[in-house]
Amino acid sequence: MIRVVLPVHLRNLARSSAEVQLEVAEPATITSLLNALEESYPVLRGTIRDQLTGKRRPLVRFFACGEDVSHDSLDSLLPAAVASGAEPFCIIGAMAGG
Amino acid sequence: MLIMSGIRLLVGTRKGAFILTADGKRADWEISGPHFAGWEIYHLKGSPVNPERIYASQSSGWFGQLIQRSDDGGKTWEPMGKEFVYEGAVGTHQWYDGTQHPWEFKRVWHLEPSLTDPETVYAGVEDAGLFRTTDGAKSWQELPGLRNAKGKLWQPGAGGMCLHTILLDPANSERIFVAISAAGAFRSDDAGQTFQPINRGLKSPYELPDPDAEVGHCVHRIALHPSRPEVLYMQKHWDVMRSDNSGDLWTEVSDNLPSDFGFPIDVHAHEPETIYVVPIKSDSEHFPPDGKLRIYRSRTGGGQWEPLTKGLPQQDCYVNVLRDAMAVDSLDECGIYFGTTGGQVYASADAGDSWKAVARALPAVLSVEVQTLP
Repeated sequence: MIRVVLPVHLRNLARSSAEVQLEVAEPATITSLLNALEESYPVLRGTIRDQLTGKRRPLVRFFACGEDVSHDSLDSLLPAAVASGAEPFCIIGAMAGG
Repeated sequence: MLIMSGIRLLVGTRKGAFILTADGKRADWEISGPHFAGWEIYHLKGSPVNPERIYASQSSGWFGQLIQRSDDGGKTWEPMGKEFVYEGAVGTHQWYDGTQHPWEFKRVWHLEPSLTDPETVYAGVEDAGLFRTTDGAKSWQELPGLRNAKGKLWQPGAGGMCLHTILLDPANSERIFVAISAAGAFRSDDAGQTFQPINRGLKSPYELPDPDAEVGHCVHRIALHPSRPEVLYMQKHWDVMRSDNSGDLWTEVSDNLPSDFGFPIDVHAHEPETIYVVPIKSDSEHFPPDGKLRIYRSRTGGGQWEPLTKGLPQQDCYVNVLRDAMAVDSLDECGIYFGTTGGQVYASADAGDSWKAVARALPAVLSVEVQTLP
C-alpha cells in the first residue's frame, strides 16, 4: 500500500484526509501512482498533471524520502521506502508569489 | 406590484466565492462563504430557467481549471467536466514577438447559461475560444468557427487573450455575441457555427497601427437589453460605444464622462436607454479619477451622463471595478450591484441614486451576478 500526502486544496476537492493509501501494481512509478490516485479520485484528473500531455503542472512538486523528485522521469521507479509504504509520496503546491 | 421573495448575489473573488442574499427590500444582507476557499472564482452564473442551478468557474495557478455545479442555489456543489480541448488542429494566433503561437487553454473566464435549457451553458475561455455543454457541464465542446474569424491576427493583451463576454439574443436563438480582449466583438447568426467580426466604427488610435482595423480592438465588455437586443452597448479599452444594428456599426457615446476608460457596462432592467459605466482614470492607472468612486448613468443610451455618488467613497478611493463585476436585478425598482478589487460589494436598490456597501472586505472581486428569485 502506497501512502500519498495531498496538499490541502486537493484533499478538499477529493474530500479525503491528508494522506490517502493506494494499491499500485509493482513496479510502482510516479506515473502508475498518479494513475491509481486519479482512478480512486477522478476529480483530481488535471489538477496534478495536464490531462492531455500528462506533464506535471508547473507549480506542483513531488517529494519523496526528503528529496525533490519533481524532475525525475515520470516513469522512474519510486524509492523502495515509498513503494513499501514506509515513507509517503508527497504532492506539494509549490511556493509561488511574494 | 409583483412580490419578489429575494435577491441572490453570486460574487467571484480571487480567493473563493461568496453568496449574498436579501429579501426584496434589499436592506439586510447575509453572506455565505467562502466557497472553494483559496481558489480563483472568475465567474458564477445561474440558469435563467432554473435559478437553483448555478455554474461556477474555479481555477488556480497551481491546480488548473474546474467547473462546479450547484442544484440547490449554491448550498452544495459538485465538480463537473473540466476538459476544454480545442476542436481539430489547434492552430495559432499572434504572439507578443510577432510570431504565431499555438492556442493553449488557461482558464474559463465566463459562463453563460442558456436562456431556455438549464443543461446548456456557453463558456468563454483564455486563450480565446467558445465552448458549449449540452449535458449540464459533464462535457464541453468547442465552437471552432469563432477562431476562423481572423483568429490568426488576434494577440493577447496584458490581461491575457480572454473571451469574457457572451450575450445570447432572447429574440433570436441563432444569434450570439461574444467579445474578446485585444481582438474585438464578434457575432454569430447560426447558433455559433460561424462568427464575423463586428468592429466597424471602433477606433483605437493609441493601441493599433490601423485605428479602424477589422480585429484587434480591446473590447472590455458589451451589454444589451433583452427587449431590444439589436442595440448593443460597449465599454472599450477607451471609449463607450453604441450600436443600433447588432454591431454592424458603432458610434461613440462617451461625451461628458470624466474618463471613457473602464471595464463594465450594464443596462437598467426596465429602461433600455438607461446604462451604467464606471470611469477609470486610464489604462495604466486602474482606479477612479480623483480618488472618487463614481458610477455614471445615462438615461439617453449614452451621450449625456450623470455621476452617481451617494453612499460611495468620494476621496482616497483607488480600487478598480472589473468587467464582469456589475449586474442588475429585475425587481420593479431596478437594483444595481458592483464589486471592487478592494473587496467591497456595493448595492443600490434605487437604480443607482444611492448605494450601500453590503460587503466591505472580501478578497478582490472578479465578478458579480444577481439572481432575482421568485
